[in-house]
Parts: sequence; C-alpha cells; structure tokens
Amino acid sequence: MAIDQIIVIIVGVGLSVLVAWYFWFSEKKGVKIQSSDTGVQEAVIKVKGGYTPDVLIFEAGKPIKLNFIREETAACSEEVIFSDLGKKATLTPFKTIPVELKIDKPGEYNFQCGMGMLHGKLIIE
Amino acid sequence: MTKDPVCGMEVTSPSQFFVEKNGEKYEFCSESCKTKFINEPEKYLVKPKEKQAATYSITSNGKEKIDIPIVGIHCSSCIPTIESEIKKLPGINFASINIATEKAHIEFSNSEVKTGDIISAIKKAGYQTGHATMSLGIVGMHDASSISQIEEGLKRTSGVLSASVDLATGSVIIKYIPGLVDLNKIKNEIKKLGYDTFDTSGVKSDKPEDSKTGNVEVDENQAAREKEYKTLMRKFIFAAVLALPVIFFSYPTVWNLPEQFQMGSETLRLIWVAMSILSLPVMFWSGAQFYKGAWAGLKNRSANMNTLVATGISAAWLYSFVATYFPGVFPSAELADQFFDVIFVVVALVILGMALEIRAKGKSSEAIKKLMGLQAKTARVLRDGNEVDLPVEEVVLDDIIIVRPGEKIPVDGVVVEGSSSIDESMITGEAIPTEKNVNDEVIGSTINKTGSFKFKATKVGKDTTLSQIIKLVEQAQSSKAPIQKIVDKVSGYFVPGVIIIAILTFVVWYVFGPSPTLVYALITFVTVLVIACPCALGIATPISLMVGVGKGAENGILIRSGDALETAQKLNTIVLDKTGTITEGKPSLTDVITANGFTEEDVLMLSASVEKSSEHPLAEAIVNGAKDKSIELKDAQNFNAIPGYGVDAEIDGRSVLLGNIKMMKKFQIDLGLLEKESTQLADDGKTPMFVAIDNKAAGIIAVADIVKEDSVEAIIQLKKLGLEVVMITGDNTRTANAIAKQVGVDRVFAEVLPEDKALNVQKLQNEGKIVAMVGDGINDAPALAQADIGLAIGTGTDVAIEASDITLIKGSLKGVVLAIQLSKATMKNIKQNLFGAFFYNGLGLPIAAGVFYPFFGLLLSPLLAGAAMAFSSVTVVTNANRLRKFKPKF
Repeated sequence: MAIDQIIVIIVGVGLSVLVAWYFWFSEKKGVKIQSSDTGVQEAVIKVKGGYTPDVLIFEAGKPIKLNFIREETAACSEEVIFSDLGKKATLTPFKTIPVELKIDKPGEYNFQCGMGMLHGKLIIE
Repeated sequence: MTKDPVCGMEVTSPSQFFVEKNGEKYEFCSESCKTKFINEPEKYLVKPKEKQAATYSITSNGKEKIDIPIVGIHCSSCIPTIESEIKKLPGINFASINIATEKAHIEFSNSEVKTGDIISAIKKAGYQTGHATMSLGIVGMHDASSISQIEEGLKRTSGVLSASVDLATGSVIIKYIPGLVDLNKIKNEIKKLGYDTFDTSGVKSDKPEDSKTGNVEVDENQAAREKEYKTLMRKFIFAAVLALPVIFFSYPTVWNLPEQFQMGSETLRLIWVAMSILSLPVMFWSGAQFYKGAWAGLKNRSANMNTLVATGISAAWLYSFVATYFPGVFPSAELADQFFDVIFVVVALVILGMALEIRAKGKSSEAIKKLMGLQAKTARVLRDGNEVDLPVEEVVLDDIIIVRPGEKIPVDGVVVEGSSSIDESMITGEAIPTEKNVNDEVIGSTINKTGSFKFKATKVGKDTTLSQIIKLVEQAQSSKAPIQKIVDKVSGYFVPGVIIIAILTFVVWYVFGPSPTLVYALITFVTVLVIACPCALGIATPISLMVGVGKGAENGILIRSGDALETAQKLNTIVLDKTGTITEGKPSLTDVITANGFTEEDVLMLSASVEKSSEHPLAEAIVNGAKDKSIELKDAQNFNAIPGYGVDAEIDGRSVLLGNIKMMKKFQIDLGLLEKESTQLADDGKTPMFVAIDNKAAGIIAVADIVKEDSVEAIIQLKKLGLEVVMITGDNTRTANAIAKQVGVDRVFAEVLPEDKALNVQKLQNEGKIVAMVGDGINDAPALAQADIGLAIGTGTDVAIEASDITLIKGSLKGVVLAIQLSKATMKNIKQNLFGAFFYNGLGLPIAAGVFYPFFGLLLSPLLAGAAMAFSSVTVVTNANRLRKFKPKF
C-alpha cells in the first residue's frame, strides 16, 4: 500500500471520528435562565440556521417566555414546534415572536423547526 | 308574569304593589321595592338599549360615579355579596347593583380607590365584569422607565383596568371597559405622555402568542414567504443561466468541440479561469444560505442539509481551483480536471427545489389560513340606542348585535329578535343553510343569508367557537404522530452519518478504486453529500398531518392530535351512544291509534290540550306533534297529575285520561284490542300512552326518540370500514333492541347506567379490541376518555370536547365515518411519504457511494444527484397536498 493511501485512510478515519464526536458525543452546554422581578423566566432565542441558545434551563412551575427572533428568511425555520407541549408558532422574519409556556413537570422538552432540521431543548429543573 | 325593576324578581301580574309612571305600569314584589322605586325612579328606569354601555361621570362635589356591567347575575340573592365586597374598599360612598340592567352603580372618590380595584372586588365576589382587550403599538418606547410611565399613565385613565407593555413587540395590551373609554381616548392619553401609537394586529387576546391568529400577522408571514420565493427564484435563474455555458465547456468530448476547446488546450484553461471567477457569486450569493446555515449549525453542534451542500460544493470548488491554477500539483495530467459544473448545477437545482417547496407548503397550510380569514372584522353593535360599527374585539358579552342579509356574524350568540337562514358550512361543513329563530344559537364567522336579526353575544374573543377551533387545529398540527418517533431517532444521526459515509466513500475509492482514483474519490464524495435529503425525511410526517388536520377542520371534524389520527385508523370496534348520537335525543310523536269511533284529530287534540299543562318531556313531544298537524289546542281544567300513572283533566266538559296501563286499570277502562297494540309499539322501541275520553278507551298515542335521518346509512358505512358497531344505552333491552334492529347494529349494551358506560368500553378493550366511543353529553365524558378514541358529536359541551380525541361539530354520524376515512387517508399519505423518503435516501446513498459500481458499473453523476435531492422534498410536499383533494366517500 502506498504512503498516500495510508495517509488518506488515517486522515479519513480521523475525520469521521471527529465528526461523530463533534455532533453526537460532545457535551452541549445549557443556558440557565433567571427569572425577572415579575417572576417570568424570559429568554431571547436567535433563529438563524439554528437556535441560539439551543439548550435552555428553566425552573419548573414558573411562567416561561421565549422571545424568538428569526434573523433569516430561509423557509426552514419558519415554524417552531414544541410537540411535547402541543405548541406551535410561526416566526415572522426579523420580528420578536413570544411563546409563553408554563411547565410544571421537570424534565427535558424538545423543540424544533417545522422540518425537524433545527433542534433545541428546554431543561426544566 | 312581569319583572320587578328594582330587585329583578318575577312578579305575578297584576301585583298589589305598583306605580304608574310616564304612562307605563311598574309592578313590584314588595312594599320596600316600591318605595325604593318611588324615591329614585330614574335609577331603575334604564332602557334595555343602554344596558351594556358603562357610564361614567364626575359629580359637582368631586365624587365619581361609574356603572360597570356585570356578567351573569341571575338571582337577587347574589347582589349583597357583590355589594359588600365593593363596600369593603376605601373611598366608596355608594354601591348598588341593579339586576334588571345587570350593572353595578358605584360612587367613589378617585383619590382613594381606582376602577381596577372595584373590578377586582367584583371578581372576588365571583363575578366577571364586561371588558375588552386591545393592543396598541407604541413608537419610541425603549427602556423600563417609559414602560412604567405608560403603564401608570394608562392605569390612571378611568375605564382602563390594566395596561401592560410588551417591549418585545413594542406594544401595550390594555384591558378596558368599552363605553367608559375607547380607542381614541386611549390613543390621546398615550400621546399626552409623549408617545405616538400605531395599530397592531387586530385580534389580541390575553396571551401574546395568540396574536398570530390576527390576519395582519398571517399576511406578513405570507408576504415574507412570497419574498423568499422571489429571492430564491432570482438566485436560481442567475445560477441556471451561468450553468449552461459551464456545462457546455465542461464536456468537450461529449459535444465534439474543436481541438482548441479540448483538455489541455490554452483556450480551455482560460475558460476554466472564467468559470472559477463566475462560480464565486453562484456559491456566495445564490448559495449563500448554504454557507450561512452550515456555519450557524456548526456553531450549535448540529448539522443539516446546508452542511451537506456547503461541504459538497466547497470540495468540488477547491479541487477545481487547484486543477485550474496549479495543475502541476497533480501527478498525472488527466487528474487536473475541473468540476465547476457541479457547483453551478447543484446550487441552481437545490435552490429551485427550495423555491418550489415554499410554494407547495403555502398550499399545505391553507386550511388554517382559511379559518383565520373567516373572522369578521367589525360588528354592528347597539350601544346607547345607536348602531355603532365596532372592531370585533371591542364586542363584549351581552352586547346586542345587528346582522343584515349577506353579512358575517361577528361572534357567538343567541338570537333575540328576527329570524334568518344562516350558512354555517365554514364551521360545520354542512352545505344546507340552517334556519334560525329567536333563542337559537348562532356561531361567529358564519354568514347570514336572507333575513335581518339581532342577537346577544354569548362568547367573544378567544372563547368563540372559531377561536377554539383554530386553537385546537394549531395544537393538533403541532403535535407528533407516534410514527414520527422513528424519524426523530433517525434524523438526529442522519446528517453527521452522511458526512461520515461520504468521507469513508472517499477513502475506499482512493485506496481501492480504479484510476484516476482521486477523481473518482472526489466525485463519489460530492455525490453522497449532495444526494442525501434530510428535509424529505423531516417533513414527511408533519406536512401530511398538517394537511389532514386542516382538511378535517374544513369538514367540521376537529382532530386533537397526531396520536388520535394514528389510532383512529387502527380501530376495529365503535361504540355508539344511542340517545343524541343515533337518535335525535328528544322524543317526538310517532303514532296515533284510535278506537271506539274516536277520530285521530279528537284524540290528539284532547291529549295535547291536557299535556299542555304538563312539564314532562314526553308531553312536549305530544304538544309539538299536534302543532305540526295544525291542531288548535284548548285549555284544560281540573288538571291533575298522578305520579307513576298519568294525568287527567277536563276539556270542554269532557273528561280526558292519559297514562299507562296502571292508570287505565285504576279507572277501570276496558282497553280491548288496544293492549295488544301497545305491546307492539313498545316492541318497536316507542313509548305508548293510553287515552280515555269520558271513561271510554279512545286510543293510543305513542312517542319515541326517532332515529336521525342519516344514522342508518352511516352505520352501513362504518361496517364497510370493517368496524364492529356496538350500541350503548340506558334504555331497557326491548327499546334498545328495537332501535338496534332499525339501524342495523348487531351488538347492544342496554340498561347501562351513565357511570357504567366507561366500564363497558373497558370490557370491549379487554376483549383485545381497539375501541372508539361516540357520544354527545357530559355524562359520556368518562367513556370518551376511556375509549382509545373518543369522538364527541354535535357542537357538544366543553367537557365532552376536552375528553375527546376527535370532535365533530355537526351532529351527524356521517362525520364519524368521515373522520375515520380521513384518518386512514392521512396515515396512508404519511406512510407513503415516509416510505418515499426512506427509500430515496436508502437507495440513493449507496448508489452515490458507488456500491453498485463493481457489479454493474453503476455510478451517479453529482449533477443527477443534485436534481434528485432537489425534487425529493418537493415530491413529499406535493404528495401531502394530494390530501387536500380528499373527498368524503358518501
């Protein structure tokens, strides 16, 4: 086997491992949201090719307000769906669209775009 | 009977306590009410047309007076509760509630107490005040200090109950008492504080996220989608136009071009240089979203379609760039080829696919847009005796609204004057207009056809039937069908998986592939990246669900969730509640049998005249039956009801007995053949009653809860769908069997107590069956909840809707058939989509990787891969849109 082939094999396998680690196994850090004076846990989520932040940590039983700002016109992110909570919102580009939730049961609640390509998670503690 | 204007009690007219005023006679229940009236007649003489408008004035001594409408006061005994709650507040000089006008009249000093406190006190007593909510946009509001300034300023305005600023949307949400204050006054007030206002989306309820039901927002989204479509099309055309010459010069051997355009020539190298320059705007303008999306995804440690396309075209560009400018790097000349054509074609096609998808998706969500568009914008309300056009969100409970022919009914209510026929097809799916008379309910957003009428608003804002439907539909569309769970599992691994497959493909082709290995490795690498279509997989389920649920709503079928949809097509047993589901739910006259020479008219007239005084539901059926035959009724004397037996009375001096067999025996009436006839009627599920006139048997009158017109047909259809149909009823076995035979039901659960219905459903489930329960009433709620699928039929009660998985707005069993047909059609569509998406990716990826190359020499061009990818998701959306053509099959 030629030297270039060996290099290609090593680099290829290495890249594959890197991809797998980066997307699947690396730890995602959540953002802990503090509640305001009025007791509402309010967060701004930027929507542009993904949700930033995409993992949010809230306290159970307190009202949650997520302000989505969709900074793109690509149709994929037009809708945000909280299927565990039966909520859906249409995000008008470049406008703040609030979604109000109140979750009493601690756990993880996923949200995603209409096509299931962008993912986010609410962690309720 | 008349109403005491002071305390609101029903008074038998003529009453011994009365006053004549302005030529009208007012009657009272007691001396004290009469005295109150004489002292302050103007307080009680409020004309009904002034009813809802709250009034407000400041007296000369600085005290304020306010009239607040209160919703739902029914008894005079509740008045002290409210009054004492109000009087507990500081600064209240006088508080009194008038039941006739349903208003609280309060005099208070503004410095000590606010209108809002009074409203809270009324609420504390357990009552609602009539109020409306509006939303106003405010210009130039930036920080917390302006928030409190505006909120406080508005709260000081009388008539405003609460104001809360939402910085995010730059608007303020104001709860106010219509009549006390209006839009203009509030606008002025805000202007005084130094801010400009603009009108935001019309329908604004308590929760901001509901604002998306406003038409304005819908249009805005539609406009954004339209704009995106146009931008994409421009990007597509740019890339496509450039792609043509690029393809032409990329395959010189294919077109048999002259020598100077063949590989290795100087001209061709110059053309390559031109291509490398032209490819930049194609990649970074036409294909900009691929890079933006990929980068954003990368930051979030997530990968998507953009990642794949961006990686693919970047790899192709890099290779081509080196081949163009540094061909010497390659060990052999044949390796120094370019793949610019891949960039142009893939970008153009994928962009085109995205544009087409936007178009198709716009159609998929049409149903909900249609529903939102149904909302009337204005209402003609009677306020202070005048007809005023108000925005529909300013309509409050108990407003009297006038509707003319051809107009939309703005909110839900009850007709109080006039009659008309109303087209309710948009809500119920029923094509034939419904006749409406006084006391009939009307549904907001339906269209008045012929007559003019007035109605009283009973549900406004987000409580209207339409708002509830929209909410239910949106909830259902955002829910997940269980089948989606597989997809979710796959899609989390999909894109990174494809990237890994592409890398490994490259390695394998490089190490084991035919020469030139580098070229093959690159082509297969790019092809794998480009052919994978995660989007098709992602939208396969939700898009069909959206179309299916929307289609249901158009036909008056509200499917609560994807779960319900998926279970509905697996059903094998359906339990129908008899009363109100199979039958009309109220008795009507079916037979009149005569004996001993009495005529049918005599028998019916006399028994109906007797029953006129009775309050029994069966009596109503007989009276209505006589009225339908235009028989004039007479007044009965000496009416006497014998519980458990029947009634007797005298009419025109003739004695009439009406009752069961025990009654006849008690009065020693010889029934003759009638007894046998009555058994026959009872066997048919009817309730026979004997009639005796002047102590001689005269005949039998039978009433029954008749079967709804289309029940028989619907049950045949249900059986055709392969369902075992079971009837459940509290009736005795004989009646139950009679009805079952009539409609063709094979299995009957009779004499079931309401609380045992759920148990019977469970019994069927224990037999291993998947059971649907169809019912209409509150007492069906446990059974509806117990069943695998609960179908609430008829406009239904909120409780029944809450407990059910599918709600049928129309009262016909046909809807059940339709709901099941629709569920089957939708699930079939979802499965087709999923199969298509999995099959496409499952077959496309190996072909692209060249798995079949060693056996069949089969290898895909990246150009074809791009085309396949672009159209796979369009195909999924188009397939889902086929569901829009779903037509009920009977």
